[in-house]
Amino acid sequence: MIRFTLRQFRNVAVVSILVLVVLAVILAITGVPLVHLYDSTIRNCKAQGDCKEFLLTDRSLYVWLGIIVLVAPGIIGVFWGAPLVAGELENGTFRLAWSQSVTRTRWMVTKLGVVGLAAMASAALLSLMVTWWASPLDRVNMDLFGHFDERGIVAIGYAAFAFSLGVTAGILIRKTLPAMAVTLVAFVFARLAFVSWIRPNLFAPAYKALPLDPVSTGFATSGGSMSTATLIPAPPFISNAWVYSTQIVDKAGHALTHSFLARACPLLVSGKSAGVSSAGFGLLGHSATRSQAPAGAQSVLQDCVAKVGATFHELVTYQPASRYWPLQWYEMAIFLGAAVILAGFSTWWVRRRLT
Amino acid sequence: MIEFHLDSRSGVAPYLQVVQQVRQALRLGTLLEGDQLPTVKDVVARLAINPNTVLKAYKELEHAGLVAARPGIGTFVIRTLSDASLSAHGPLRQDLKRWLAKARKAGLDDESIEALFRDTFLSVSEEGVA
Amino acid sequence: MTAVVETKGLGKRYGRRWALSDCTLSIPPGRVVGLVGPNGAGKTTLLNLAIGLLAPTSGVIEVLGGHPADGPSQLARVGFVAQETPTYSGLSVTDHLQMGAWLNPGWDNGLAIGRIQHLKLDPKQKAGKLSGGQRAQLALTLALAKRPELLILDEPVAGLDPLARREFLQVLMEAVAEHGVSVILSSHLVADLERVCDYLVVLVASRIQVAGEIESLLAGHRRLTGPRRDPSRLPANYRVIEASHTDRQSSLIVATDERVHDPVWTVEQIGLEDLVLAYMSRGVEVEKRQPAHVEVRP
Repeated sequence: MIRFTLRQFRNVAVVSILVLVVLAVILAITGVPLVHLYDSTIRNCKAQGDCKEFLLTDRSLYVWLGIIVLVAPGIIGVFWGAPLVAGELENGTFRLAWSQSVTRTRWMVTKLGVVGLAAMASAALLSLMVTWWASPLDRVNMDLFGHFDERGIVAIGYAAFAFSLGVTAGILIRKTLPAMAVTLVAFVFARLAFVSWIRPNLFAPAYKALPLDPVSTGFATSGGSMSTATLIPAPPFISNAWVYSTQIVDKAGHALTHSFLARACPLLVSGKSAGVSSAGFGLLGHSATRSQAPAGAQSVLQDCVAKVGATFHELVTYQPASRYWPLQWYEMAIFLGAAVILAGFSTWWVRRRLT
Repeated sequence: MIEFHLDSRSGVAPYLQVVQQVRQALRLGTLLEGDQLPTVKDVVARLAINPNTVLKAYKELEHAGLVAARPGIGTFVIRTLSDASLSAHGPLRQDLKRWLAKARKAGLDDESIEALFRDTFLSVSEEGVA
Repeated sequence: MTAVVETKGLGKRYGRRWALSDCTLSIPPGRVVGLVGPNGAGKTTLLNLAIGLLAPTSGVIEVLGGHPADGPSQLARVGFVAQETPTYSGLSVTDHLQMGAWLNPGWDNGLAIGRIQHLKLDPKQKAGKLSGGQRAQLALTLALAKRPELLILDEPVAGLDPLARREFLQVLMEAVAEHGVSVILSSHLVADLERVCDYLVVLVASRIQVAGEIESLLAGHRRLTGPRRDPSRLPANYRVIEASHTDRQSSLIVATDERVHDPVWTVEQIGLEDLVLAYMSRGVEVEKRQPAHVEVRP
């Protein structure tokens, strides 16, 4: 059964291997000089604290590789998973397959195993190649979590999950095209839902208290109404960390209120100081924007921040860099688990419920 | 070797058709003693009929003492139905031909000729029985 | 000897509709069974139950003494050619034979290759590019080379032209003669079955109307023609299958084991086609009389 599954899978496998090989060649050609470049020049530029020039050289490939790793599991789910059984159901060949001397369970388990492992291996190869290629740039960027989904081992879990999801959709819908569409939608939804609701809660975050910095703290209102005015602390730079939020709280942990701000900085909140509001917007810690603010407005804001800073401090909620690999493993395991559950379900369905 | 054919519209059971065709061949001398009948597999492959049909026909012929099965080899003719009368076929055919020509001359069409023949044949047979 | 197919009260329901109900059968081995009935009568359902593609809703079915599709050895004993003879369109003829060899322990490669050569099929040809007749022959080759004890074919010749139909049945009958395989094949045309079958099952409106050896069925049915009569006043051992009346004449098809002695009747033998048609129209009548036919089961 394994040999026949491989034979059925041959065309898809050949195309996938070709794509991987082409990609590997491109990555090798561009990646090796990148490593040399890092070794030869990056240490100097790091010492000078300015590596922008180095970063910009391969920007587009850097972005595209990330996108490829991001979408590859979806493609696997749609083009490998969904047609795997749906194609047989649609063309009636399941009747041929299931009247050979192989039980349906073995047929299903073999198909899931062979193609599923191929899916995981492809995703692993792709992700690890890209991770290696991008590592010099990632080391410069110091933003590990910014590319969490595009590096490391999570793509293996995504690929397994997308594949099982596609197979399940195909079995339930029994038509290849609709199954492909449903697989895509369900996979994107599952990934987004995981990123927004589950991943941040996998590990309890770390906290860090910082004094309010009069220079980098900004000021903003929402909807232009001064009654919602607040101070915006700049996200601190914590190397390779994933910052959930930055808040302004007092020692008891209470957030900065509008009334306190109005009392502390009447000039700022009433908006009498011309240019304050425009200067405040977008002040999220980048000196480029701040320098455009009028000098007068800036000093009003700085005075205000200093006053508030006497009682309040900046509280940063974040995942430190040390959590990167545990989170990778954890997330991969969860997606793998979901894939196994879906595979089990689809095997049961093929055995018991189909036709 | 004889080749069978089946007429699915005749209303005669397929096995009987096979039997009749063998008897006919034996009578006309196209099958002689010692000749082999086609194997069941060959007949089946040619006519697309159930093997049991052929087996049944051959069994009936065997029962009638016309053929004998030699296991592993085939079925062979052991007795023919063409006796001395075979030599009389020629002259009789000539007579019939002459009679047919006469009938046509008298203005009978094919249908009338057949009807007349059958009617006469039947009445003569009945007389013979009686 | 074990029956090739034995069912008791077998039924299959889809939603509220019974595709097959209360089917009780015992088909002896070594037969070529014709399963006849109009489209949608439940023929495919019955065959799929025997193959194990379907599980029964009620009743039991045993095939060659085992449960359908119950493990590799049971699967190996039954060959199946499905309706429209599906094959993998992207795989070649050779690939299909390779599949057969990989997936069946009893695979007879010599037989398979011999058949393909005899059919003059190009081994490299993709199955998707074969004609309907060639595809049917490929599917039959796969089923035969498995060397099954029972071969089940669902409407195998329905889509074929007369020549391809004849060739298909030739191959099938040759296999019966050579390997003694039991065969069940379905068709909605009696003509397909007349030459090849020796056992008949007529299925109409999800129910079995009649089943038996064709020879004894033909011997047990007569067409009676005579002056008009009420069929209900016939002797008790006459079962009227079909009755048609004109003002003065009645024409009946009856099932009876006895000779008809009543001189009022002109008695005729009936052919297979008439027999099947009589049972089919009877089945359809019954269905019409009970349009909302819903089974009640415990």
